[in-house]
Amino acid sequence: MRKFTTVSSIVTPMNRANIDTDMIIPKQFLKSIKRTGFGPNLFDELRYLDEGQPGVDCSTRPLNPDFVLNKPAYSGSQILLAGENFGCGSSREHAPWALEDAGFRVIIAASFADIFFNNSFKNGLLPIILPAEQVDGLFALEAVDSALKLEIDLESQVIRSEEGKTWAFEVDSFRKYCLINGLDDIGLTLQDADAIKEYENQNRQKSPWLFK
Amino acid sequence: MAGKTLYDKLWDSHLVKMREDGTALIYIDRQLLHEVTSPQAFEGLRLAGRRPWRLNSNLATPDHNVPTTKTEREIGIEGILDPISRIQVKTLDENCAEFGITEFLMNDIRQGIVHVVGPEQGATLPGMTVVCGDSHTSTHGAFGALSHGIGTSEVEHVLATQCLIQQKMKNMLVDVSGGLQAGVSAKDIVLHIIGVIGTAGGNGCAIEFSGDTIHALSMEGRMTICNMAIEAGARAGLISVDQTTIDYVKGRPFAPAESEWDAAVTQWKTLVSDEDAEFDRVVKIKAEDIVPQVTWGTSPEMVIGIDELVPDPANEQEDAKADAIQRALNYMGLDAGQKLSDIKLDRIFIGSCTNSRIEDLRVAAKVVAGKKVAASLKQALVVPGSGLVKQQAEAEGLDKIFIDAGLEWREPGCSMCLAMNADKLGAGEHCASTSNRNFEGRQGYGGRTHLVSPAMAAAAAISGSFVDVREVMSHA
Repeated sequence: MRKFTTVSSIVTPMNRANIDTDMIIPKQFLKSIKRTGFGPNLFDELRYLDEGQPGVDCSTRPLNPDFVLNKPAYSGSQILLAGENFGCGSSREHAPWALEDAGFRVIIAASFADIFFNNSFKNGLLPIILPAEQVDGLFALEAVDSALKLEIDLESQVIRSEEGKTWAFEVDSFRKYCLINGLDDIGLTLQDADAIKEYENQNRQKSPWLFK
Repeated sequence: MAGKTLYDKLWDSHLVKMREDGTALIYIDRQLLHEVTSPQAFEGLRLAGRRPWRLNSNLATPDHNVPTTKTEREIGIEGILDPISRIQVKTLDENCAEFGITEFLMNDIRQGIVHVVGPEQGATLPGMTVVCGDSHTSTHGAFGALSHGIGTSEVEHVLATQCLIQQKMKNMLVDVSGGLQAGVSAKDIVLHIIGVIGTAGGNGCAIEFSGDTIHALSMEGRMTICNMAIEAGARAGLISVDQTTIDYVKGRPFAPAESEWDAAVTQWKTLVSDEDAEFDRVVKIKAEDIVPQVTWGTSPEMVIGIDELVPDPANEQEDAKADAIQRALNYMGLDAGQKLSDIKLDRIFIGSCTNSRIEDLRVAAKVVAGKKVAASLKQALVVPGSGLVKQQAEAEGLDKIFIDAGLEWREPGCSMCLAMNADKLGAGEHCASTSNRNFEGRQGYGGRTHLVSPAMAAAAAISGSFVDVREVMSHA
């Protein structure tokens, strides 16, 4: 996993609530057995005017000029600003894989669906929850200045604008530690192998049918 | 000190350790695997040189991609026409063989949708923790099991460590009491609940469904309710254990043996929330108020009763909500204030992990028996949830009833619920579907999904448009 320290980038706005995982990456792309390569199909149905199919070269497909990711001003953006309940729907990790593959490192929203939120941290993607009025404020700032640039400083848990405005955010300390160090949490859990075995021994006595 | 909720009890009994940072290591009793969210997890194990921690906790079956036509299925994996789907199903078989994981192969009679197969086999038991790389894992909460969907990284984590790193969720109670009107089912109850609390209403919570209406439901009905807890934002849905639960589990292949049965039942009977347990949020619903539900929009919360009109954004105070309604109306090709009965349907889908169990098929068969599917429909599909459901339905003659009425009787799989196989909607087509998500493009590019109960879908198949199944049932 890529290490995450600070990210500085222009902000891509998607001001709609309930952006679901089918919207983020449509199901026909879930047939891949790899973790990479989903970026060109991120928001496929909004981004292109035709129906996307796996294995098709996206560079030759007709773009929807109205969709935010297709506007040159936002090219190379690593920060997505979105409406509430972002990532609702399925548990597909292909959603954070697609966002990450398309270059995004941070998503800012007033709320996230639980599974998506959890999956993001496993893939070097930082979901930041800000109060709804602060998110609205950022959308308003972005509407005035469509090249709004923000710096996300994970270590200090703060967002800074170029004008020096700041927004503090919360992040779980373990998840922060794993992101900053790019750690795979399987290795960390296996440090507790003895505790897991001890749990199994006790419960094998108590509820043997759970171990058959 | 207040008593414990069912969720608190399940959490406590699976806590391996609290870690210094406040997160918890939670033991997982059962992991269900399918072809879509597992290949990258197995690849991760291989790359790290790791083996599964406990093989017999895992059970696999292909479901999302498998074709549902008999001709394609009979040939076996090589018969899957879509080459990318074929690779994914093949990869699951290869991974399970390599690591030694029990798999019900595509043409095994026990194959089916993971959330139908687990309970049917007794692989889902009360008091377990159950995970799967699929958000509808909330289904298994119907058994008083703590169950939720996980991502692929977590699938790999459970394979390697038998544990998940978790933070405790909040407790939410949804109490449904009173008698249901004839023709109103578990699906209508849960759609109504989502309409009341919204698609984010359960975010961060485990929802326990309680009340006499819930406990009067069969296990099939309870699974339908818990299945859609995730559509209300809750990763886990729960229903406490009662005699119905215990009777359902008894005698299933993975259920406790005779010698352990009494001890198991004694433990399972404690899987109820204490009288004095406190919930962070309580919602009360009167069953009498629930009418057959139909979604009109592109989120499960965009749902109304069959006797209501499609909403008008002009009546909405908040701009963001008015915009969302207008966007959904545009996508769905509907007019504000129109009647549901004026929507011209193109396809009917009866199936999915929400509604493909034997009881669902019985209800649908009863509605269509002796009638004919409307000539205006392009297709009406019935897709049983597993090979064993299909076998049972055929033993009861339900397949003949469907076929005589002009519906197609298919092989088990996820099918048109998410259109990863060949079963899908064309752009602009309206479908009355017993599945769980009406998101844009969910059932096919540009497709328009209306979520309904099996009885409502069956009645719509006969008339070609939505009708109030309460009227159909009262004339039956």
